[in-house]
Amino acid sequence: MTENSVPVLSVQNLRVSFDTQDGTVHAVDGVSFDAYAGETICIVGESGSGKSVMASSIMRLNNSSTATTEGRILVKGLDVLSASEEEVRGIRGSEVAMIFQDPMSALNPYFTVGKQIAEAYVVHHPGASKHEIHDVVLAMMIKVGIPSPEKRIDEYPHQFSGGMRQRIVIAIALINNPKILIADEPTTALDVTVQAQILDLMMSLQKEFGMTIILITHDLGVVAEVAQDVIVMYAGHIVEQSHVDALFHAPTHPYSWGLLGSVASYGDNKRGGLVTISGSPPSLISLAVGCSFHPRCAHSKGEGSVCMTVSPSLRSVGSDGSRSACHLADDVLVSVGRGGFRS
Amino acid sequence: MFLFVVRRLFFAVVLLLAVSVFTYLLFALLPTDPAALTCGIHCKPETVLANRIRLGYDKPVLEQYWQFLRGIFVGRDYGLGQTAFSCPAPSLGYSFNQHACVTSLIGETFPVTAFLAIGAFILWMIIGIGVGAIAALNKGKWQDRFATGFAAVGVSLPTFYIGLLVLFSVVIWFQILPFPSYEAPLDNFSAFITAMILPWLVLAVLSAASYTRLTRNGMLEAMNEDFVRLGVAKGLRLRVILRRYVMRQALIPIVTIAGLDFAGLLGGAIITESVFSLPGMGRMSIRAVVDSDLPVLVGTTMVAAVFIVVANVIVDIAYGFLDPRVRVSS
Repeated sequence: MTENSVPVLSVQNLRVSFDTQDGTVHAVDGVSFDAYAGETICIVGESGSGKSVMASSIMRLNNSSTATTEGRILVKGLDVLSASEEEVRGIRGSEVAMIFQDPMSALNPYFTVGKQIAEAYVVHHPGASKHEIHDVVLAMMIKVGIPSPEKRIDEYPHQFSGGMRQRIVIAIALINNPKILIADEPTTALDVTVQAQILDLMMSLQKEFGMTIILITHDLGVVAEVAQDVIVMYAGHIVEQSHVDALFHAPTHPYSWGLLGSVASYGDNKRGGLVTISGSPPSLISLAVGCSFHPRCAHSKGEGSVCMTVSPSLRSVGSDGSRSACHLADDVLVSVGRGGFRS
Repeated sequence: MFLFVVRRLFFAVVLLLAVSVFTYLLFALLPTDPAALTCGIHCKPETVLANRIRLGYDKPVLEQYWQFLRGIFVGRDYGLGQTAFSCPAPSLGYSFNQHACVTSLIGETFPVTAFLAIGAFILWMIIGIGVGAIAALNKGKWQDRFATGFAAVGVSLPTFYIGLLVLFSVVIWFQILPFPSYEAPLDNFSAFITAMILPWLVLAVLSAASYTRLTRNGMLEAMNEDFVRLGVAKGLRLRVILRRYVMRQALIPIVTIAGLDFAGLLGGAIITESVFSLPGMGRMSIRAVVDSDLPVLVGTTMVAAVFIVVANVIVDIAYGFLDPRVRVSS
């Protein structure tokens, strides 16, 4: 990580809300972070914690008629949120690319995969010759590990397996050599054996292309394997941002402990089974006053305490550069937490 | 793809044969004696008998059907000697009411129906898809509400009501157009257009309603697809996304329905033709029902069935071109 250089991506105080019939949903509520060249940031959190909405905002993919977005997202010096449609279009696919969760539905069923990869290249390389396009597409298909690409270039998405389709999606994402790759649960919909292959592919391509990867995932096993930095999100907030080692060894937010504790591992039976986080994810329409995690937090100080009245902000905790949004991170919880993830 | 087309055509022929059997038997089972209808109420039994033999109604039903089927391919001769006459292939029978071969009757009326169908079809596809697309692109705004309202009204209004209303207001009340009197386009083009403009519009606007809804919903559904999001993430222009991603998907059900609707219309727009006094196949069929002109009914039913079956085949083949998943799996 090159802390002193300019970040390739800077998200500043991002807020995204959606107007629904039941009220305004605050999907992302004041998120800030920087990403530097070549690093891998994992974003973890439950469903509905705002991970995907936050990621789509980076390319301004949220539906502008229902979503209200505030804050700044700087990519290559351009504020994505206030730029013109044409400026954003210039960044999409060329500077920032995205891989979606479900490769089964991410490809256009009506065109050959070759055409779809080519389409992504041509839009940012107008005037490329047919011959050049064909060569670039073929080279990319070889890079993402599609066997006999000369034959498969003219096949349709439904003729490919899930893992192969995800490789095609990756080929589309990387064809313009983007600086930032956003992967929104890229392996969730795949077989376990294929998951590892796709992750390996992404990591080796990251080395080759030197891009920053923002990986959204539920899978803490994946996080441990690939991440440098981890952002833990809860109810639209970042509750913890830590280096991956720090997160696994000394998480600074009770929610992070809960997440880590809820991972099934061999031998759980002896230790009393799987730990779950009690309660359910909060409604994003009417968030609790104070810390939004307090209704589910075992360490909450109770009625009238700081947990119930003041919304905590993200601040540096400890010596390993972790940032936490827990009022109690410094004193009580650290001593409790560092013993292990069980709370 | 070739095998798929061949197999599809083979089944189309089988289906048409089945339709012909069913139609013919249904009419043969009717309690009316077709021979008795050949002359008025004051008819001598000898004449009826003679006509029955001449038209072949004395034979068993299956043989009658065989004669009918044979007539389609080789033509048909009726009677013997001086009173003999023939209907050349493809013969669909002889109308004793109108004293003419059914085929030539259809030949006279079909162009009217075809002109009506083609004009209305072009208009309603443009209106339906256009309004639907505008609605989808302005979801929730006034354009969308207007289009949705238009679709709801159009779907629920019957042609005979709107047709009469339009005819009454435009022709009788405001006297913008003369009362429609059909002329062949080559004989008198302006009279042709004057007679056709109202039925075209009425048919088009009312039919467009369901296409508006289909287009709007199809496009909105497509816009929520992951692959459309990926298209946006690629940096494609909106225009390209709409054409290659959204419309491409929304068109598939539209093609299906349009093919069948158009074929149904070619079989005769009964109500529209009657309201606007167009001498088409639909009006002829309804008159045949009133007059118990059975051969004409059998003939028009067969022709309509051919259109529907052919349209089905064309739609199926078009499907293969539109959706590669159908093409490869077949």
